[in-house]
Amino acid sequence: MNDEALDAFILGYAEILGIDVQPDWLGSIRANMAVTFRLGGMVLDFPLPDEAEPAPVFTA
Amino acid sequence: MTDIAWQSASAIAALVADGTVTARAVIEATLARIGLHNGVLNAFTDVVAERALRRADLIDARRRAGQTGGPLTGVPFAVKNLFDVKGLPTRAGSAINRERPAAEVDSELVVRLEAAGAILVGALNMGEYAYDFTGENQHDGPSRNPHDITRMTGGSSGGSGGAVAGGLVPLALGSDTNGSIRVPASLCGLFGLKPTFGRLPRTGSFPFVSSLDHLGPLARSVGDLALSYDAMQGHDPNDPFCTDRAPHPIGGDFEAGIAGLRIARAGDYFRANLMPEAEAAMDAVCAALPIDREIALPEAARARAAAYVITTAEGAALHMGRLRARPGDFDPEVRDRLIAGAMTPVPMMIQAQKFRRWYRDAMQRLFQDVDAIVAPATPCVAPSLGQKTFVLGGVELPVRPNLGLFTQPISFIGLPVVAVPVPGPMPIGVQIIAPAWREDIALRIARSLEAAGVAAAQRPPAF
Repeated sequence: MNDEALDAFILGYAEILGIDVQPDWLGSIRANMAVTFRLGGMVLDFPLPDEAEPAPVFTA
Repeated sequence: MTDIAWQSASAIAALVADGTVTARAVIEATLARIGLHNGVLNAFTDVVAERALRRADLIDARRRAGQTGGPLTGVPFAVKNLFDVKGLPTRAGSAINRERPAAEVDSELVVRLEAAGAILVGALNMGEYAYDFTGENQHDGPSRNPHDITRMTGGSSGGSGGAVAGGLVPLALGSDTNGSIRVPASLCGLFGLKPTFGRLPRTGSFPFVSSLDHLGPLARSVGDLALSYDAMQGHDPNDPFCTDRAPHPIGGDFEAGIAGLRIARAGDYFRANLMPEAEAAMDAVCAALPIDREIALPEAARARAAAYVITTAEGAALHMGRLRARPGDFDPEVRDRLIAGAMTPVPMMIQAQKFRRWYRDAMQRLFQDVDAIVAPATPCVAPSLGQKTFVLGGVELPVRPNLGLFTQPISFIGLPVVAVPVPGPMPIGVQIIAPAWREDIALRIARSLEAAGVAAAQRPPAF
């Protein structure tokens, strides 16, 4: 996704969430999202069985 | 009176217990040092002098009446300012939270430490809402590293690192979601304990990522970690994550030695992205231990990635109301990370939680063959204040999220860790990682390194 498309996504999503994003915040938000997408992509790439249970309430 | 600036908590408690010094004298000396040095270190955001002196007088009166105090009697301590302190708004490093009403009661760990005789002297600087590894804060200014005041303390428990390393207090509490005790312990040259997830209650502390938040102590000796840890253990029904396991008091067991322990060096992910000083610290620690193998933690890079995803999404959800109502009042670096986190695709978050269980199971299997793992705590010594990037493995990366490169895969599944400091021109830490609920193993290894002189909290010349 190029910067223009990502900025449009951010502004649209922010409107849904009710966050008033200022234009000069976009570069930093975009950079942070790029990290999330890269790392989240690594997580999505990992094959897990359909039966894998999440651990939102974690027990060590 | 005896110079208490670099005394251990246990030594201070002994001095007060046998009447060599009064608790009031300890607190007066502590307040004087805070007054002398905090202008430079910027570790304390609040000092509760009147409260501390009142409590000291009470402890002295009890002693005069022949009553025996607890194991931390007369020991000054301070807490990261996300802990509730009665009478103070719990700012959690933010401008927004300081408008909240003052806390009506102390956080549970403050109550427990004071029940053991310790005396709270104040609240400590931190990164806004604990979302940093730097110790920098737009509202309160940066915590400064006592070993070089032009450098970061690390964060987010930056004031906790600066206060203990600067000899202002022998003991401080911090929080660690992804490394926020271990990173400042490393950069400030301290011992830090991140217990098993769920071991210590978080009641009365401002959260960040509830499924990852831990609380724990920073100190200048392993003995002080053990002493304070024992005082804080025990179930608390007000924290739903707090274990109902019986406490596992360390007592003097941290002196039990390491004979028979199977200790491995973390390889693979933990061999890459090390600057020379981190490599040297790892070599020094490993040379002092009976390490017979190097192991790869399964999918460590992906574990770090999943911890990142959960943190950014869960942290954003926590702050959504504030992001909607007053985004301009956040530290911009935190705000923009949180807004990005709010837009994390749901499948990434769900998969990260599923992967977390997979990774925990894989690590449990790994711990069938080893009792502890040694890994770097930070990729480098303290960066300069304001430094935005560093080069790791030939790639320029942002400092703020990447100081926790080696801590995140460990806290992701709640394993207990003691960060041990390796002295040098600038100190740097190494993680001693144990299986869940075996803090005792990590403390024993840390003590062995301390006794051998390999790990030590070195006193900064200027403090």
